[in-house]
Amino acid sequence: MPYFDAASAEPLHPSAHEALLTALADGWADPARLHREGRRARLLLDQAREAVAVELGCRPDELAFTASGTQAVHLAVLGAVQARQSATRGPGHLVASAVEHSAVLNAADWLARVSGTAVTITGVDHLGRADVGEFTAAIQRERTLLGCLQSANHEVGTLQPVDDAAAECQRYRVPLLVDAGASAGRLPVPSDWSLLTATARKWGGPAGVGVLAVRKGTRWREPFPADDRENRRVPGFPNVPAILAAAASLTAMTRERGESDAALRALVDRIRAVVPVTVPDSVVHGDPVARLPHIVTFSCLYVDGEALVTELDRAGFSVSSGSACVADTRQPSHVLAAMGALTHGNVRVSLPRGVAAQSVEEFLDVLPRIVASVRDTVKAASSSPAAT
Amino acid sequence: MSRERRAARTTAPRTASSAPRGGLGAHSSAHNGAPPKPVLTLDALGKKCPIPIIMLADKIREVPVGQTIEVLADDPAAKTDLPAWCVLKSQEFVSAADLPVGWSFLVRRSY
Repeated sequence: MPYFDAASAEPLHPSAHEALLTALADGWADPARLHREGRRARLLLDQAREAVAVELGCRPDELAFTASGTQAVHLAVLGAVQARQSATRGPGHLVASAVEHSAVLNAADWLARVSGTAVTITGVDHLGRADVGEFTAAIQRERTLLGCLQSANHEVGTLQPVDDAAAECQRYRVPLLVDAGASAGRLPVPSDWSLLTATARKWGGPAGVGVLAVRKGTRWREPFPADDRENRRVPGFPNVPAILAAAASLTAMTRERGESDAALRALVDRIRAVVPVTVPDSVVHGDPVARLPHIVTFSCLYVDGEALVTELDRAGFSVSSGSACVADTRQPSHVLAAMGALTHGNVRVSLPRGVAAQSVEEFLDVLPRIVASVRDTVKAASSSPAAT
Repeated sequence: MSRERRAARTTAPRTASSAPRGGLGAHSSAHNGAPPKPVLTLDALGKKCPIPIIMLADKIREVPVGQTIEVLADDPAAKTDLPAWCVLKSQEFVSAADLPVGWSFLVRRSY
């Protein structure tokens, strides 16, 4: 039963599985304590921190482990902005691209509501690529405290012009948050950032581990009550076994990615080439070349995403969708909407490491039939319009 | 202010665009503020995507080329999908106006 939703959760890497079991035996004690069990846990935690810091291009003391990628993003956004807000200087201004992960946009919304922060959302082109000119113009606004641009888009795969945006942020002295959640472990992490976030479940680690990196010299102040853990950035007892597993899988994914990248890229190329030909009235989204290796999303006219995902599930294929009918919020994907892309009948395929080429061929084989069948059902169900 | 009518031309299918349209020296009706009067209105209020789009695709052929069809819809996806459909099908997306609930979309048949 092919699992094609690696972008939501990449299956646990074997190295992570192994690390998790070992650490459950050795890493359960409090790493803050001086006794032998505590020191053992502390050693494991420090090793994990060093390994992850190497892959993300930062110093170990710049890196904090969080309980999720979302928590890392919230801490990054709120901590950076609130460090420079004050009663005298005012709530300030924040800039984010329209296709950021909802964690970024939710944090921006929250700041707008709770502390009166002004927020500018900047646009993207039809491929989902951020408009650097618009981003640059926005960060020049007075009292801009933070710019947010992801490394790559988690829904359509398009790579973002982070280096260009970072150069502009440096010129105008605005800190830049790069949410690298979609690309960490798969592509080199951008080198210029003030804050970086990522999440282990997308790189083959376990759920429950995110990372927050704050570059030395970037102002940051704890937005929530803090304790002494994680350099005063993330309170609460760390999940040492999960952190160890996250580090092991990041190291392994990075080591394997040359080969894995090529294989996944070729399979996605195949999907991108075949779907528009075999499925009438369909469109594939995102940049065909400057993209993540493993993600492709397409929309089919005249079908609803929920029915499509359900039928594909019945046929054995696990995919996700950006269509409104699939979301709890009943809103279409904000990413697709920002791109002006068709949102109904949407399917996102994200291939896990080691996926069999055969299963992709089988998917391409059944897809046209499934789309046609759902189209027939939907058409039969739709009543004739009231015309005036 | 009189609204200059665009002549019905035989044009090749073209993508919807919000750029100003030329034609016989007249301003496009969007610039004059008064929207073109639709010859057909489809009531898709209360209907979930993709039904409003299916209705549009079905009924646009009943509208003469150059004339406008109106779609009333309140499904959140309609806001994005109607203009997206126009781009895919090379029909002209004219406007979206807020209703108390939902929107009134105007599409001009290009071919």
